Amino acid sequence: MSTPLLEVRNLKTHFISRTSRVRAVDGVDFSVERGKVLGIVGESGSGKSMTSLSIMRLVPGPQGQIVDGEILLDGKNLLKLTEREMTNIRGNQIGMIFQEPMTALNPVLKIGEQIGEVLTRHRGMNKAEAKKHAVELLKNVGFPRAEQIVNEYPHQLSGGMRQRAMIAMAMACQPTLLIADEPTTALDVTIQAQVLDLMRELKNRTGTAIILITHDLGVIAEMADDMVVMYGGQVVESGSADSVFEEPLHPYTRALLESIPVIDEERERLTAIPGTVPSAANFPEGCRFADRCSLVESSCREKMPELRELRKGHSVRCTLAV
Amino acid sequence: MSVAERQMDANHTPQSDILLELTGVKKYFPITGGVLRRTIGAVKAVDDISFTLRKGETLGLVGESGCGKSTTGRVIMKILDPTAGTIRFDGRDITKLSGRALREMRQDFQMVFQDPYSSLNPRMSVGALVAEPLIVNKKGTREQIRDEVERLLQVVGLSPEARLRFPHEFSGGQRQRIAIARALALKPKLIVADEAVSALDVSIQAQILNLLADLRKEFGLSYVFISHNLAVVKHVSDRVGVMYLGRMVELADKAKLYSQPLHPYTQALLSAAPEPKRNVTRDRIVLAGDVPSPANPPSGCAFHTRCPKVMDVCKSQRPELTAYGDGQLVACHLYA
Ligand SMILES: Nc1ncnc2c1ncn2[C@@H]1O[C@H](COP(=O)(O)OP(=O)(O)OP(=O)(O)O)[C@@H](O)[C@H]1O
Ligand SMILES: Nc1ncnc2c1ncn2[C@@H]1O[C@H](COP(=O)(O)OP(=O)(O)O)[C@@H](O)[C@H]1O
Ligand code: SF4
Ligand code: SF4
Ligand SMILES: [Mg+2]
Ligand SMILES: [Mg+2]
Repeated sequence: MSTPLLEVRNLKTHFISRTSRVRAVDGVDFSVERGKVLGIVGESGSGKSMTSLSIMRLVPGPQGQIVDGEILLDGKNLLKLTEREMTNIRGNQIGMIFQEPMTALNPVLKIGEQIGEVLTRHRGMNKAEAKKHAVELLKNVGFPRAEQIVNEYPHQLSGGMRQRAMIAMAMACQPTLLIADEPTTALDVTIQAQVLDLMRELKNRTGTAIILITHDLGVIAEMADDMVVMYGGQVVESGSADSVFEEPLHPYTRALLESIPVIDEERERLTAIPGTVPSAANFPEGCRFADRCSLVESSCREKMPELRELRKGHSVRCTLAV
Repeated sequence: MSVAERQMDANHTPQSDILLELTGVKKYFPITGGVLRRTIGAVKAVDDISFTLRKGETLGLVGESGCGKSTTGRVIMKILDPTAGTIRFDGRDITKLSGRALREMRQDFQMVFQDPYSSLNPRMSVGALVAEPLIVNKKGTREQIRDEVERLLQVVGLSPEARLRFPHEFSGGQRQRIAIARALALKPKLIVADEAVSALDVSIQAQILNLLADLRKEFGLSYVFISHNLAVVKHVSDRVGVMYLGRMVELADKAKLYSQPLHPYTQALLSAAPEPKRNVTRDRIVLAGDVPSPANPPSGCAFHTRCPKVMDVCKSQRPELTAYGDGQLVACHLYA
């Protein structure tokens, strides 16, 4: 087996101030295979965005700090690179798209200019070539009027169009890894379907691996080859999406799957998970899900459960799981 | 829609069982322009909608952003005056109601919004927030009101001590419970819930959906439940209306609507909703293009610019919402 494209090992990203330490990411391990989609699912505050910003080394400082771990891209530890080397990686090897495209798009630059800039900077094209290629890229993400769109400003586009423009921009430098943080959360379902289709198609055509972050298990089921479930800054379950959906091993994963209404089934009453997500500034000892877990035993609160591989390639952080 | 069809829509319900009835309701927002700020057009946020809601029933409204769901909700609540059409509540025409008569009527319908953060005044304690509607409407002595507040907090699953704390000390789900307690204070008959669980994490969403179901059973409440989430709407509703660009394109019992959608838009919506299951092979209908602007909706059938089954007649003639088969209402020339 070849080495994975990306390996994240024991990543810890904390926000440290004089009075508190927020453990946003607290010992996260996973890997992304070449050309595959890794889905990361979790509730808000579980550390998904901070994980992806850590990989990009864009954690908001000075409070936010990567305090431990390794992030290996093709075997190279990104945490050891100089800022300059990292800038180069961000442009060329890793692309990123966000939930709100307006945060990534420059409002005063035309769409064509923004994509063109990436192409001149990272792929050494001249201005004319870049503009021509930008039209090409916009066509690839499904813009019928690409020739006109290059001359328009972000605010002239709808939410779905902006998201597609951002994907075009992220794909401009032909990254080997695309990180997509809630790329469809702000979109309508029919537009979400367009964007997901597009991402799948780009992956098949270019072989780009994708980290797809979402709180929507439906999107994961549809898109992911492998998946990671996060809770309280940690991975509580990981494995192939087939295996996790087939046999969810962590009580939290199981509860999540039972708590959502599903169109295909009639569910008399939803199985709600009592309580709320613990605060990252104040995690309990031991298992972080203990206060909400229906199976909790006293041993769960004594020691933090390890992430154990219980089935081939399928791991779970629960003392009682067998 | 004819009166006869409206009756069919409510499955031959006698008038006395109908809580809410909208007939031909429109809400246009003027677009002004030029130096004189003259009206140069209109956003047709809601464009001729009719439906009935039975007592104790939950009607779901689904559709994509901007299709007019919230505007419909706000027209029902009389927060907005309709441009045309009538609204009857509990047998009474409330379209023109204002002043004191409206304030009295208002006790019977309440709204719960998406964002529990902005809908609660951060400077008021939880107790004061829940008590406010009771005080304004003079519902008892101070002691009675305090007891009632404690009872309401318990009904929504909060401890009575919560009344001493402030909204920012609560999580999103708990704040939504506070908003619901407040909405329940005047013992309404109807609650319009506009994306009431959309901002919540899934594990919390289930708590609130279960709470809404319990309250419905306990107090015989009726809901108009607005959401863009098809699975959530299916879970809570008895009947479901699908909106597109200010119009109702399909309205039916949920079992029928979800198992046998008639309108091409409903079919596309359902096929696009991702389900948390592996290996479901579905024929996804991916619609091209974006939703057109309601300021300038397409002629004829407003869906014709994206419809995979569009015909010539669709471009010029607007299809009416009519009964097809055993009472499923659909606005599409395919079923004419
Ligand atoms: N006060 C207003 N003035 C002008 N236009 C308005 C106003 N309120 C709503 N609109 C427009 O009316 C249309 C319907 O809006 P509405 O808020 O009812 O949509 P919605 O279905 O609730 O959408 P969402 O799912 O995004 O909440 C939109 O085009 C909106 O921009
Ligand atoms: N700038 C910040 N300062 C302090 N804490 C933060 C900051 N940004 C995020 N956090 C905290 O880090 C945790 C994880 O956040 P995030 O990765 O954004 O979660 P997710 O993307 O899963 O919703 C949360 O508890 C959040 O409150
Ligand atoms: S370790 Fe214990 S509390 Fe934690 S998930 Fe497993 S059973 Fe539940
Ligand atoms: S009326 Fe025509 S365009 Fe409209 S939904 Fe029916 S077939 Fe499609
Ligand atoms: Mg996030
Ligand atoms: Mg709305």
